[in-house]
Amino acid sequence: MRTLKEVQAGDTVTVVKFMGAGPLRRRLMDMGLTRGTSVYVRKVAPLGDPIEVRVRGYELSLRKSEAEGIVVDAVPAEAGQQTGAGEGSR
Amino acid sequence: MKIALAGNPNCGKTTMFNGLTGSTQFIGNWPGVTVEHKEGRLLSHRDVVVTDLPGIYSLSPYSLEEVISRNYLLNEDPGAIIDLVDATNLERNLYLTTQVLELGVPVVLALNMIDVVHRSGQRIDGVELGEMLGCAVVETSALKGAGCSEAAEMALTLAQQSLAPSSQQIFSAPVEAALAAIGEALGATFDQARARWYAVKLFERDEQTLDVLQLTEQQRSQLEQIVAPVERQLGDDSETIITNERYDYIARVVDTCAERPAVEMTLSDKIDRVVTNRILAIPIFVIVIFGMYFASVTSIGALSVTNWVNDKLFGTWITNGATSGLHAVHAAGWLDSLIVNGIINGVGTVLGFVPQMLVLFFCLAILEDCGYMARVAFIMDRIFRKFGLSGKSFIPIMVGTGCGVPAIMATRTIENERDRRMTIMLTTFMPCTAKTVIIAMITTTFFPHSFLIAPAMYFLGMAVIVCSAIGLKKTRYFGGETAPFVMELPPYRVPSPKGVMIHTWERSRMFIIKAGTIIFAVVVAVWFFSNFNVSLQLVTIQHSMLADFGRAVTTVFAPLGFATWKATVATITALMAKESGIATLATLNGVADPDRTRAVMQGIGTMFVPISAFSFMILNLFDPPCIVAMATTGREMNSRKWTTIAIGYQVVLGYSMAFITYQLGSFLFYGAAFRTGQMIAIAVLALMAFLVLRPASAQEPLVATGDTEMGAA
Repeated sequence: MRTLKEVQAGDTVTVVKFMGAGPLRRRLMDMGLTRGTSVYVRKVAPLGDPIEVRVRGYELSLRKSEAEGIVVDAVPAEAGQQTGAGEGSR
Repeated sequence: MKIALAGNPNCGKTTMFNGLTGSTQFIGNWPGVTVEHKEGRLLSHRDVVVTDLPGIYSLSPYSLEEVISRNYLLNEDPGAIIDLVDATNLERNLYLTTQVLELGVPVVLALNMIDVVHRSGQRIDGVELGEMLGCAVVETSALKGAGCSEAAEMALTLAQQSLAPSSQQIFSAPVEAALAAIGEALGATFDQARARWYAVKLFERDEQTLDVLQLTEQQRSQLEQIVAPVERQLGDDSETIITNERYDYIARVVDTCAERPAVEMTLSDKIDRVVTNRILAIPIFVIVIFGMYFASVTSIGALSVTNWVNDKLFGTWITNGATSGLHAVHAAGWLDSLIVNGIINGVGTVLGFVPQMLVLFFCLAILEDCGYMARVAFIMDRIFRKFGLSGKSFIPIMVGTGCGVPAIMATRTIENERDRRMTIMLTTFMPCTAKTVIIAMITTTFFPHSFLIAPAMYFLGMAVIVCSAIGLKKTRYFGGETAPFVMELPPYRVPSPKGVMIHTWERSRMFIIKAGTIIFAVVVAVWFFSNFNVSLQLVTIQHSMLADFGRAVTTVFAPLGFATWKATVATITALMAKESGIATLATLNGVADPDRTRAVMQGIGTMFVPISAFSFMILNLFDPPCIVAMATTGREMNSRKWTTIAIGYQVVLGYSMAFITYQLGSFLFYGAAFRTGQMIAIAVLALMAFLVLRPASAQEPLVATGDTEMGAA
């Protein structure tokens, strides 16, 4: 089971589920990180935390401690089609 | 009639609001919180009030801004809502829209920044979008002023007909069935005009809604019997189900109505690659910050303009003009003094900050509008989170080395209320330029060879901020988990001159009006007390009520090593403006011109021994900053309780530090005996260390940015 925290910069994954509940999870979901969404991990901040991801066509930053609660999976074959978020740019 | 303006942050809401209301705005705060509340009258229909709601992503019950917005929309009964949507980021923006549409209030969806979309060659079918969502759609470009008045007219028309959006079945069959069942079982408990909203919120088990509706035990179990089976069937909790299905629905809508932009490397991406680059990010950051600091605090802002306003405009021209004018009409001496020394001086003190403020707000507006401010937080978060502040606290603290007043105002960029309060409270511990006058005078007089003292004061200031933050974080007031850092990094944009001007003016105006009135009153009061004796005769400061008061309370400062009435009066006037503390010492020692450094030094030299002078300096560096900064604190905290906490903390901390300095300093370096004073000093020091080092106490559960006061809202 991999969490978003462990994903290397430059990789794209899809959201599987959230661990824990409450305001933080709701906030992450409100920002568009729902199940099946593809997330492109864009970079890690210069001091090693937080991380920047591309989701639903915009850039979002979150701390590694927050990314740890998001279980992710490798992108399925029909990458990003479901949400069409686009894997971002290279 | 009322119209509400809702939308995500960075979608152009401020610009639209300005376009609609022009100069009729009223800016304040929502009751009891630091969230800005803006209202204005529609330019074309003066009887229509437009309310600009805080920029939000959702109507969840967790964040302060969101709760304020939903309470307004539910309780204040706006005639219509203009929902501003950033058309370049349709998917996430429509998420709020789907919630707004459920409120049973007429909605006009403004597809903003449509010009940017067209320029990039993308196409959005507004008509189709309106049909799918069931609401009116207007294409706008707030920046160019296009479509805004159409949106407002449309909102008025809909409001007159109370034409709420047609209800759309956006969720999956099991959920829709459950919503219908909730409507049937519990429909009597809520307003039928907002039936959809309440049904969805009850399905989500939204805390706030459950509180407001006050369901009976039986009704609650009825609700459970409807919700729980759906959760089991879909394998998720109800909140997750609703959020997921909203986004699924939006994805379908966007697929139908809009062509997706080709994914390519945009200019924004290229800029970001450089600006937040692993190696370049910090150097670029330092350059940007120093550039801003240089512009607002040292060069344009302070040295030339502020000093010009203070010295030339108010110091010479207006003063001389007024003096000769008053002489010409043979005005009484006291009136002359009131106008020149009291009012002109007082107003001048306030207005002297204005140019500096304008430059600073101009720089901040550019940094915010171009998207860099969010990156500042992104880059600095790692460091500042360690002691419980936000990455964005860095800018106020930096600005604080120039002047505490703009520093406090600069905290407006911090969204999290708790972080913002703490930053307001702590940022003035950085020695500002006025405090350097005190540092310079004391060190050159008493410690002429220790050139390390001045820089050490900056490190001490930083250390006080860090330790205070760590300590305060463990108290009940500032405790709780660190606020989440889930933040949008908006695309880099060339800031529009119009937008920057609006931001700059909005913030400066507030400072001039609000801080100006309080400070004006206080300055006149101090003028009165320092120029009159108890029998209301005009006297010099030595014989004034202020001096009498100083003599009466000198004992308060005895434990700090300077029980002289002169030092006491100087400490009081230093609360007006830190640099006037030294000017007062000069006057009291019979030196007319405070610029005659040597004479001032001689005077001060007779008043203190080195350690008491040092303690005097510490007190004046860490007690509450000047009256302007205190007034700004009051205005920004927007709560008597929090202003009292902030100023009270500064009083206690400044006094304790001076006490420890004097008591332990005289024992360690000047051979004083170890007595009760020293014992108390050690006890105080130990208490401080304990407060910083102790494990965090039992904390309130995390309620995102909202706090307990919101319960009443």
